[in-house]
Order: sequence, then C-alpha cells, then structure tokens
Amino acid sequence: MEWLISISIGFMTAAGVFLTLRARTFPVVLGLTLLAYAVNVFLFTMGRLNIGVPSVIDAAQAGYSDPLPQALVLTAIVIAFGMTAFLIVLALKARSELGNDHVDGIHLSKDEHSLEKTLPPKQPTKAVRGDS
Amino acid sequence: MLLETFLPVLLPLIAGTLVLLARAGGIGVQRLVSLLALVALLIVNLNAMQIAVQLPPQVYALGNWVAPFGIVMVLDKLSATMVLLTSILALAALWYAISQKIDEKGAHFHVLFQIQLFGLNGAFMTGDVFNLFVFFEVLLLASYGLLLHGGGRLKTRAGLHYVSINLVGSTLFLFAVGALYGILGTLNLADMAVKVAALPVEDQGIVAAAGLMLLLVFGVKAAMFPLYLWLPQAYANTTAPVAALFAIMTKVGLYAIIRVHGTLFGDSAGALSDLHIPWVLWLGLITLLFAGLGAIASRKLREQVAYLVLASVATLLIGIGINNPASMSATLFYLIHSTLIAGAFFLLADWIRQGRGEVEDEFTRSYAMPKAIIVGSVFMFAAVAMSGLPPLSGFMGKLMILSSALNHPAFFWILAIVLLAGLFMIIAVARAGSLLFYNVLPKEVCHTVDNKEVCTTPENLKLKGALSVFGLLSAAVLLVVFANTFHSFTDSVAQQLSHSETYQYQVLHVEPLSNSRKELVE
Repeated sequence: MEWLISISIGFMTAAGVFLTLRARTFPVVLGLTLLAYAVNVFLFTMGRLNIGVPSVIDAAQAGYSDPLPQALVLTAIVIAFGMTAFLIVLALKARSELGNDHVDGIHLSKDEHSLEKTLPPKQPTKAVRGDS
Repeated sequence: MLLETFLPVLLPLIAGTLVLLARAGGIGVQRLVSLLALVALLIVNLNAMQIAVQLPPQVYALGNWVAPFGIVMVLDKLSATMVLLTSILALAALWYAISQKIDEKGAHFHVLFQIQLFGLNGAFMTGDVFNLFVFFEVLLLASYGLLLHGGGRLKTRAGLHYVSINLVGSTLFLFAVGALYGILGTLNLADMAVKVAALPVEDQGIVAAAGLMLLLVFGVKAAMFPLYLWLPQAYANTTAPVAALFAIMTKVGLYAIIRVHGTLFGDSAGALSDLHIPWVLWLGLITLLFAGLGAIASRKLREQVAYLVLASVATLLIGIGINNPASMSATLFYLIHSTLIAGAFFLLADWIRQGRGEVEDEFTRSYAMPKAIIVGSVFMFAAVAMSGLPPLSGFMGKLMILSSALNHPAFFWILAIVLLAGLFMIIAVARAGSLLFYNVLPKEVCHTVDNKEVCTTPENLKLKGALSVFGLLSAAVLLVVFANTFHSFTDSVAQQLSHSETYQYQVLHVEPLSNSRKELVE
C-alpha cells in the first residue's frame, strides 16, 4: 500500500508541476489543483497508514489512527478549494481583459511596454497570427 | 492580561465583519468604522507592546487546550513589535486611501483591508506552524483582493502571477508541514524545537529537507532570490495605499524565517542548528545585487520603489544570515525603518504619478509638475532615507548591520555587496529625481505631437493624505533622534530571541484556565 500511495502522490505532483509550468492559464489552474490533491494525500499519510482503526481512542480497540492529519487535510481541502475558485475567476478576468489566456497576457510581445498603450486589449492574437 | 494576547488578532476580524455589515450605511459609515477600528487596534497594540516589554512571553491557549495539543497565541517582544508596526503602517495607508478616495474604486476595500490585518496579526502572533499556514492563506486571500482593487489590465496580469506563485508556495508549505509533523509528531513551534533537539540521526535528513522547503516558502513571501520576480510588477501596478500596506507583506516572510527557523534550528538543534543560515545569507546577498540592478533598470518610479523594497528585504535577509545578537538587533531596527519609509515612498510615488498627468510616473521627459518644489523636497528626503545615506535612519540601520558583520568569515562579501548595492540605489534614485524634477519641459500648455496639437492643462495637484506621507517619513527622523532608545529596545528583542528556552518554557507550561465562568470573566 505504501508503494501505491507514494507513486500516486509522486505522479500527481509531477503532473501538477508540469501543468503549472504551461503558458496558458487553464493548464496552470489544473496543475495547481493536482498539486493540491497531491499535498492532501501526502498530509493524510503523514499520520501513518492504518487500516480499520478508529481515529478516536477507544479502550476496546487495539490502536488508533492519528486524527490530526485528518483535521489538517480538511482545512487544506477547504482552503485549496477556495483558492482554486478564486484563481479560476481571476483567470477568466485576465482572459477578458488581456484578450487571450496566455499567462503573460499579451502573447509574443518582444517589447510589451510599447504595446501597453498602442494595442487594443482584445486583438493582440490576430496580429500575432499574421506575423508567424 | 490574557486579553492582549488575542485582541490584536480578534479586533480586525470583528472590524472586518462590522464594516461588511455597515455597507448599507454607505462608504462614509464604512470609512468611519474602519478608521475607528484601526485606531482602537493601534491602542491595543501599544498596550500589548507595553506588556511584552515588561513580562516574559505571554501565551493564550485557544479553547483552553494547552500546548502542545492546542493552538497557542504568543505575545513576545518580536510579535508585539510586528503587530505594532503593522498597525502604524496600516493607519497611514488607510488614511491615504480615504483622503484620496481610493477606497471608492471597488467594492469591499475596507473589509479586505481589515481581513488583511487579521491575517497579518494572526501570522505574527501564532505559535503553531499549521495555524501559521492558515493565517498566511487569510492574509494572502485578502491581499489578492486588495492587489486587484481598482481593476485594470496590468493589475490583473500582475495579480495572476502573484496568485499562482503564492498557491505553489502554499502547496510547498503543506508538504513541509506534513513532513515535519510526520517525523516530529507535533505542530507547536516550541514543542517542535524540543523534538528537533532530541532527533535521532536517521530522521535528521527529512527534517532538514522539510526545514529548507519551509525556507523556500518563506522565501516566496519575502521575495528572496530567485523567487522575487513576482514582486516588482505586483507592487508597481497596484494602488498606492495597498502597495504601502504590502511593505509589511514581505516582512511576514522574514518574520517567519526568524520565528520558525530561529526556533526550530536554533542553537539547541544539535546537528541541524543554523541549517538555514548560509542559504539566507548568500541568497540575501544575491537578491540585494539584483535589487540594486533592478532599481537602476526601472522604467517608472513605482517599479523602482518596488525594487528598493526588494533591496531592503535583501538587507534584512543578510542581517538574519550574519546570525549574531548584534546583527539581529540591527535587522529589527532596519526592519522598522524600511517598512515605514517604503510605505511612505509608495504614497509619494502616487502623488508624483498624479502630478505628471498622462506620462504618470514613467521616467520620460514631461512638463514640470505642479508643486514640484514641495514634492521634490519630500522625494529627496525619502530617497535619502531609503537608499541609506546619512543623516537619516536608513544609514543607521545599514551601519549597524555592517558593523555586526565585521567578525563574520564572509565579511568582505557582505560589505562589498551591501555597499555596491547601496551605490546602485543612490544612482537609481538620483537619476529618478533628476528625470522627474529637473529634466522637464518648459511650462507651456499646448504642444505638438505627431503633427497634432495636444493641449494639456496642468491640473493643480492637491496633496491629499499628506498626513500619512509626512507621518511615515517622520519615522526616518525619529528613529535617528531616539536611536539609542530604539536600539536598546531591538537589543532586548534580539536578547529574548536568542534565549529561546524561555519561549519554549512559557509556551509548554501554560496553565489552563479553570472552567468556572467567574474566572473567565475576570
């Protein structure tokens, strides 16, 4: 079981890192979500992997699983959920205000400073397509 | 006596809620509530400071769960200094926002502002690592809202970067906290320090890795090389009062390094002691060099101020990295100075932006701004303070840091880079000042651009919010005039920090309140 859990955490983290480094906002959001999943599972396993034991101490039971990581994971899930929702809204806002979904806004601009004022906000992609 | 240990955290939360409820009463009521709450917070924090100075670290156990099982709030000299500094800066920023009517540009400015303070004060006072994460998220979420306040493309773009990198930072924070919990079995800072001191050799590698990962997270917050790239654009494009308040945001990262790493990897940590110090020192030096170069390369004033903030952060990192009580004291002195002056500088840059019309604060030739003599003099004053020239407080702070570095093995590099970056900063602000105030076109109203007659009527610049700017800048003088008082105080803070066993004892031996209602009321 340890192998399975560590491989899935590792795989999710790797996928998350890969997606976070993409240049479009949507993969970035997905990547951050995957990273959050990975860290949630990781946090959970930090209480050690136990099967079939309660998280509240009970004299009748042989052992108990650590309840604290479970509480931490709940907090982390809530926070990650809220942050992801915010990031999606922000990405949509960026899409509409910057005219495309590139993380740096104006795509392929060598001198963005001059473009800030000259280009209309919603048509930079067209000009770029013409160039290339 | 217990009240001071949680009121600095609770008050902004209550105020934020009240401001939200006061929305029906219009912006006027919101302003009043927000301002009154902040004044109350300042009084509470002054009182907390008094208690922190007189007594050993005060501990409040949330829900009466004693450490290490429950979350604790700790009021010691360092946290009292930070919350007091935050409330002074916040009062100036809020006053500026109200006088300039910047708070009207979007909804919920005051709510976000108070919640930001809630997160900041909570992060400064908590004694629990996971709780620190939660307060980080609170202050970050509020800061996302504040950063985007007022809207605009550049803000959105800088905000997207800021949010993304901080989300990655939060994830790393959780990985580090999870790994630490997995090995140490506790999240209470004082208890963790005890456990680290008695750590078996086979677990040291994981704890060291987690500790350095935490340094990475705090490095994102503090804008340490190579994690500072989000800072200049974010700070340069947001509204002035928010940028001024954000002058404390980078200091949260520094505070967390001092608090968490200083406690966990202090002198008692055996093989792991001072694990973070070489990283902090050398990355601080590199950051400082890049900040100096960035200040020279900036194309507009607010960007330059952002790089100057970065330089101050780097100087503070170096102060932490030198790692002796004298350097810690000097670091705290410089921290107080740099936070207040950077805040003032952002507000001043906003005046300049308003005065220069279309070109805003870009370093291009333009018409002489109205009231150039007053604004220019204030700029000169702020530039001298910020770049660390005598006779103002920046010089004192840097001098203390450098003199504490003289016995350090790497003193040559520290002195060389700090002085070189200082030179860069002086060149940068001198260039900025001459471009903004001397290299100006004659005062004519109409001119020709691209065969078109363009007329600009130089509007009279109303220096609204002057109280904030001058109030913050007066710190540069006060810190010098009362240098001995401040320095002996920061000495005592450094003293307290170096005796971390007192902190551990106070936290781990907190007496639970007895559950009778009567005693709780008392």
